Amino acid sequence: MSVTPSSIEHFSWGRYPRANHASIHWANWTDELPQILADAPSASLLPYGLGRSYGDSCLNNGRGVVECSRLNRILGFDTEQGILHCESGVSLSDILDVCVPKGWFLPVTPGTRFVTVGGAIANDVHGKNHHRAGTFGCHVRRLGLLRSDRGFLECSPDMNRDWFSATIGGLGLTGVITSAEIQLRPIQGPMIDHESIPFHSLDQFLALCRESDAQFEYTVAWIDALSGRDARGIFFRGNHSARPGTVNLNAAGPRVPFAFPTWVLNQLALKLFNHAYYQWNWLRKGKSALPYDSFFYPLDAIREWNLIYGDRGFLQYQCVIPNTDVPAFEELLRRIRQAGMGSFLGVMKQFGTIESPGMLSFPRPGLTLALDFPMQGDRTLRLMSDLDLLVQQSGGALYPAKDARMPPAMFKMSFPRWRDFQFFIDPKLSSSFWRRVIEES
Amino acid sequence: MNARKILVLGATSSIAQEVERLLATDRSELLLVARSEERLAALAADLLARGARSVQTFAADLEDIRRHNDILAWAQNRCPDLDTILLAYGTMFDQKDCEGSVELAVRQLYNNFVSAAALLTIFANHFEQKREGCIAVITSVAGERGRRSNYVYGSAKGGLSLFVQGLRSRLYPSGVRVITIKPGPVKTRMTDHMSNRRIFADAAQVAGDIHRALKRGKPEILYTPWQWRYIMLVIRMIPERFFKRLAF
Repeated sequence: MSVTPSSIEHFSWGRYPRANHASIHWANWTDELPQILADAPSASLLPYGLGRSYGDSCLNNGRGVVECSRLNRILGFDTEQGILHCESGVSLSDILDVCVPKGWFLPVTPGTRFVTVGGAIANDVHGKNHHRAGTFGCHVRRLGLLRSDRGFLECSPDMNRDWFSATIGGLGLTGVITSAEIQLRPIQGPMIDHESIPFHSLDQFLALCRESDAQFEYTVAWIDALSGRDARGIFFRGNHSARPGTVNLNAAGPRVPFAFPTWVLNQLALKLFNHAYYQWNWLRKGKSALPYDSFFYPLDAIREWNLIYGDRGFLQYQCVIPNTDVPAFEELLRRIRQAGMGSFLGVMKQFGTIESPGMLSFPRPGLTLALDFPMQGDRTLRLMSDLDLLVQQSGGALYPAKDARMPPAMFKMSFPRWRDFQFFIDPKLSSSFWRRVIEES
Repeated sequence: MNARKILVLGATSSIAQEVERLLATDRSELLLVARSEERLAALAADLLARGARSVQTFAADLEDIRRHNDILAWAQNRCPDLDTILLAYGTMFDQKDCEGSVELAVRQLYNNFVSAAALLTIFANHFEQKREGCIAVITSVAGERGRRSNYVYGSAKGGLSLFVQGLRSRLYPSGVRVITIKPGPVKTRMTDHMSNRRIFADAAQVAGDIHRALKRGKPEILYTPWQWRYIMLVIRMIPERFFKRLAF
């Protein structure tokens, strides 16, 4: 265990906001964690994984972080039952490397495999199979939680249930997650039978959801937020395939070498990109078999893609709007179009009804939309405040893992259990996000 | 055939762990020695999950020279046809602290040089008798020239480099290969307390180079990352009357 004195700026994935961490505490082994916590002043630390949260939920400005990415050992893998036990810093990529050849797959995966298991739990991540499988937290059989005041707690749906529920989606604040046991799902091979279908309106998208949700494990849509009046996009759906195939996760892809100047991603370039992406997918529409990495992780192929947004970074706006309020969703899309500030990474998905055990979990039945916005100062923040009103009126919510700016009132309204949650926060832990939404300085 | 039967001394060090993972994916048989039983257990589970054919562990303090024969006996017993050893442990105390404390300075030399030389003596004799095998030892570029800011550690690693060089020559007639590994600065537990580590290499990258060298049995002197071969060439050429003025 040792501390890196730090005066360097740290970024989250969105590169906005930036943070100056006062110290970085490296945990090389789980047995070093108690001492790190014991030595820390109150509310001074935050466990840190691979830093893929977009906003400030993985930052702790002016205070310290505990680097957990070296706690990356797989502690056991039952290949008969598909139960994987690992330390919390193991990445989903490592798990795939080990479990796919044995015929098992992640029960739920977000759009990047470069997140840790601890991060996946702390943000209760979701994926293209939310309508079938719920969130990542639904598949955690048990987890180890180290508290500065209570020591080590083993938590599961049956044991220390409250702690389990607070820790899933608990933004890393309930203690340091040391290990977890995950139930994997069986697969016959590494390929995905995949189909892409262009659509030209929200109604068509909803019809595709209705039609596909029963037959397809994975559904998601890319949406061109900059096109004309109607919501144009491509609907992707897929199932695990029995076809043979090989996947090499370690093939090195291109890397964005430096932060692009901000003028590169101007409105025209985005429009052209979206148009080209639509046309290209339109030409490739129909069925095909894809290796799982190109189906789930297309952006992982370009390392450090976040740098294309330049030095000022970008914000992601991911909201969920209840199913009953399709007009609000339409209005949301209209506002974004009108502002002319959409981006090329628009993703839309219908969440299912499976409830997560997590107290502060984000997914709830409804339509979710995730859009990137290059940070252009007040203009960008104003648009988002506009969108907030629509989301709030419809009873929706924003995703903390992607947020860098939601007002405290909005957080408290859309996560009403925040008051109960406060009780479970470890006295030694805090984060930039939490201080912001709870209005502490 | 990439699979090896390898004994790693200092198996829980940051670089060693990454090398072991690469060996595990080759389905190697691993014998691990380190101080903490608990850490060895976690590591062994991980390597088995990642593909190792077998993993056996032995908890011992490698600084304790009296235990060295036990390690050889254990290794021979568990794996009679052991083909490789990797010596991967070391410590780095703060230079300033070492200047102020004879005890600390001596411990630094003892851990990095004396105990390593003792272990290598035992295993060199073992491999020489068998007339085959490979001995790989992690030293450091810090051992190439005595610097104001790190000469206690540097001299221990430099001494070890010379020891290993002599060993290579001695074992040459018996066909035992000896590899000296000289990493530049690496982001590991040993260097976590240093600030400004931007130019430091990742442990995984260094491990990749070491793994390749173990597979090929060469080069005999591995600089990793490769640039350090040329950086050290230049540093060694600076005349002493200038070098002594440099504060690095």
